[in-house]
Amino acid sequence: MRKTLLQGLLHRPLTEPPPRIDDPTVVTLARELDAAAQKKLGRSLAIREVDAGSCNGCELEIHALGNAFYDLERFGLRFVASPRHADVLLVTGPVTRNMREALLRTYAAAPAPKWVVAAGACACDGGEFATSAHCTAGVGAVLPVDVTIAGCPPTPLDLLRGLLTLFVQRP
Amino acid sequence: MTSWDDAVARLVDGSATLLSLWGEREAVHLALLHEGEVVHLGFACRDGRYPSLGREHPPAIRLERAARDLYGLDPVGLPDSRPWLDHGPEPTAYPFLPVEGEHLHQIPVGPVHAGIIEPGHFRFTCDGETVVRLEERLGYVHRGVEALMQGAALEKAARLAGRINGDSTVAYALAFARAVEQATATVPPPRAVWLRAVMAEIERIANHLGDVGAICNDAAFSLMQAHCAILRERVLRAAATCFRHRLMMDAIVPGGVARDLAPDGAETLRALLHEVRTRFPPLVNLYDATASLQDRTVGTGVLRTELARRFGAGGFVGRASGRDFDARRTPGYAPYDMLTFDVPVLSEGDVNARVWVRIKEITQSVNLIGQMLDRMPDGELRVAVGAQPGEGLALVEGFRGDVLVWLRLAEGRVQHCHARDPSWFQWPLLEAAIEGNIVADFPLCNKSFNCSYAGHDL
Ligand code: SF4
Repeated sequence: MRKTLLQGLLHRPLTEPPPRIDDPTVVTLARELDAAAQKKLGRSLAIREVDAGSCNGCELEIHALGNAFYDLERFGLRFVASPRHADVLLVTGPVTRNMREALLRTYAAAPAPKWVVAAGACACDGGEFATSAHCTAGVGAVLPVDVTIAGCPPTPLDLLRGLLTLFVQRP
Repeated sequence: MTSWDDAVARLVDGSATLLSLWGEREAVHLALLHEGEVVHLGFACRDGRYPSLGREHPPAIRLERAARDLYGLDPVGLPDSRPWLDHGPEPTAYPFLPVEGEHLHQIPVGPVHAGIIEPGHFRFTCDGETVVRLEERLGYVHRGVEALMQGAALEKAARLAGRINGDSTVAYALAFARAVEQATATVPPPRAVWLRAVMAEIERIANHLGDVGAICNDAAFSLMQAHCAILRERVLRAAATCFRHRLMMDAIVPGGVARDLAPDGAETLRALLHEVRTRFPPLVNLYDATASLQDRTVGTGVLRTELARRFGAGGFVGRASGRDFDARRTPGYAPYDMLTFDVPVLSEGDVNARVWVRIKEITQSVNLIGQMLDRMPDGELRVAVGAQPGEGLALVEGFRGDVLVWLRLAEGRVQHCHARDPSWFQWPLLEAAIEGNIVADFPLCNKSFNCSYAGHDL
């Protein structure tokens, strides 16, 4: 293990120059986040992820946000285990009948002020499952949605952009 | 083997393995693996009743409960009368199995879990730290896939199939496509068949890398997770370069593939294989040489061979417990009959064995992709799918195990489609494997099984 750790310290970082600092969108978004988030929430935003019937494709990409390439936490965004610690619910899936109650309870458990982000085609409008009798047509049918992130699944960069938008929208 | 009784007898005596049991409005279907062949049997049951298989062969219990929820078919004699996928109007009212005994306490977990994972409920009954019984309750992600499939045009149905279970989208799309091709006597072009296998192996590597990292992370060893996640990300980026989608969704369609390998695809993949070949072995050494990690994974969550066989556990769950089965080999499908690969099998059945099967499979998949790149045939990508009505069944080895798709087509549409995730037979085994372990080891055991909720709940 010592060798692996040492290599990590001595060699060029394995990570690519993390998410391309030269990418103008990311730079702007990062700056926007700093200004807006600081005003509203200091430097951090706690996210509680809720799978409300996803195929788990969206979860895979949300997971990827934590890897060394995207490193979500350097933006002050982090995932928390309890809705009671959350500022944002990040919801995926078309909201199945069987998850509706759990989603409502999770929302109720999060303290105000709180925001809801619907991530992925399913969460936005039901996606391929929109016509199912076992689903509602997206998160909007159950909770007030502040931001929608399109894509099936949205890429980590899409997710990052979407989450940062939240700060721009708020006064 | 044509009669119900005969099939039941063979399942009970262990000479056949249950591949699936499913319903439609007035019929019940069985698929079994018998002497290396997949046997499909359909039985009419006009009065909506059939003799329960689950009563004698427990692996069928949840499938029978699901068929009852979905089609009202009554498995006569099944002792468990509780619903499974249909949670009804009062989702919180579910009678868990009663437990009696001194000093026992219960821990309810879920459906919303602490991490970024899918929803399901676990009810632990514990004596101090030790789990006496785990009971699972699933169905939270039931989206009504089979109902949506009925009457769907092939194109829509293929998209749905690819979204039953996102981490195995390639395996599902492939199983669906092969079932359609069998039903319509369509022969996909060779290049498509090989590209499909390349995608399937990329998917396997990506998921195994994610799992190995996540299992170590659940043993509080996040260094492995960080490195595995980097490798996984490289795989997904290569997939996006090659097939224009990180998870390769909708790339496989009935009749062939929707996209060719990108012009720089072969080069990208070779670079990726090189990366995995050089970066992964040091991580494997790290895993193997870290005593604190081994202390958590060795001997934890043991699944006995006998149970793995009886339940026909697929994938790393079965192969880590001595069940030597891989759908790429038995019954087998192209192009794997033209490729060389090993199917690693271990017998310890613990978390460590499930990690090692994944590690070895990553190496095998890397080699497979290399072989395929060297011999990739040229030519067409897709042929038109025949319009005749018919039935088709396909078994595909996804990263998690064998995915089964059965369907019946008429007038160019899906009349009925059933998809069975390997998790159906792995979830119940998790309940068995955790018994006698401490609660704190559950995340580790659970992750080492990594059963699918979406694939199971449909
Ligand atoms: S949007 Fe796509 S990836 Fe996300 S849950 Fe829906 S089908 Fe799966």
